[in-house]
Amino acid sequence: MKRVTTILGISIVLIGSFFLIAADHIDAPAVQGTSSDITDFYAFQGEDTNSIAFVVNTQGLLSPAATGNASFNENTLIEINIDTSGDNVEDLVIQAIPRGDKMYFFGPVAPSATGLNSVIETSGTASSVDITAYGSAAITETNNGMKFFAGPRDDPFFMDFAQYGEIIAGNATSFNDPGSDTFAGTNVLSIVVEVPKSLIGGSGTINVWAESKGKQ
Amino acid sequence: MKTIKSILGIALISLFTLSSCSSDDNTIVIDNTPDFSGTFAQQDQMGRPAVNTVFVGSASKDTFNTTIPSQQSAAFQAMFETNLTGLSPAFANPGDQNALGQDAATFTGLLATDVLNVSLDGTTTFFDGTNVLTGRALADDVITVELLLIFGGEDFTENPNLSDDNVDANDKPFLSSFPYLASPW
Repeated sequence: MKRVTTILGISIVLIGSFFLIAADHIDAPAVQGTSSDITDFYAFQGEDTNSIAFVVNTQGLLSPAATGNASFNENTLIEINIDTSGDNVEDLVIQAIPRGDKMYFFGPVAPSATGLNSVIETSGTASSVDITAYGSAAITETNNGMKFFAGPRDDPFFMDFAQYGEIIAGNATSFNDPGSDTFAGTNVLSIVVEVPKSLIGGSGTINVWAESKGKQ
Repeated sequence: MKTIKSILGIALISLFTLSSCSSDDNTIVIDNTPDFSGTFAQQDQMGRPAVNTVFVGSASKDTFNTTIPSQQSAAFQAMFETNLTGLSPAFANPGDQNALGQDAATFTGLLATDVLNVSLDGTTTFFDGTNVLTGRALADDVITVELLLIFGGEDFTENPNLSDDNVDANDKPFLSSFPYLASPW
């Protein structure tokens, strides 16, 4: 372990604040602590195996006391990007943006332009769901074979982030066993969409990623 | 706003339209359609878990978030490789590989394009011992998988103190049905 420690120590000097901070929680200074901070992104086969569920979580590390006051931002567009052709350029998007007490969804739809700037693709299939209030049972909607949810949930991410920080800081040489889940007891604001596979390529492998985009 | 709503008592008049219009010009326009106009510019981006936080130097994190995936590998693979070989003794020597048989250049070449690969033909998991990068399920222990691929060496046995955080599951059980995530604390 001496060699490991030495190498890690050197790497700290070289890499500076190079830190593993959760899955993507508080990952970058421009979005940290804002409605645009995506904490996690999941994509998995749904309970209906003909569908894929997408989860985009934002605004991490919400304490129970803070969760009731947390809200989605009407100027922040959350966009799920789907590349069906293998070139890492989005062929389809699913967009989510709040208005009032509802989360509106558009797509899956071919975007009018790819890349860093988006408009809301109102020609795509339009859906909406009431945003679930903290403390209320989950409200879900279905439309065109899709399912929708928006609201606070338990943060599904788990990791002993605190001990990783100690290791990187040179204060420890090992994780603990058992470790301690730094994200236990904290919430996120979640958007969950379940989509028939037939609407996003049908078969094979797709490449997906989540983006937050701010109104200019 | 609740007072306004109850006074009007008309469900057709949407509260959000009122507020969004009034914030623009203080003129209340009765319109059932929310305003979806405008251009939205990219701020954050995420494909695979922890990629930006682990492999991107602090000065470049915002730039990484605003680089489109098709351009990320060209812009960031070299930085990823430098950071990986600096961080992990399992990649300190030429020829070192992870358990997927990837050397530092190959591994970071994969990760630098920060998209999540998803199979539409079956099991979707980050890594379950058999399937690799076919999605990301809620229960996947992605951090231990990444620690193993970073620190675990060719057979997942190197640096055992660093390759598992020993937190293997969420603090609440997931739901079997939509919306799958557990209710908030």
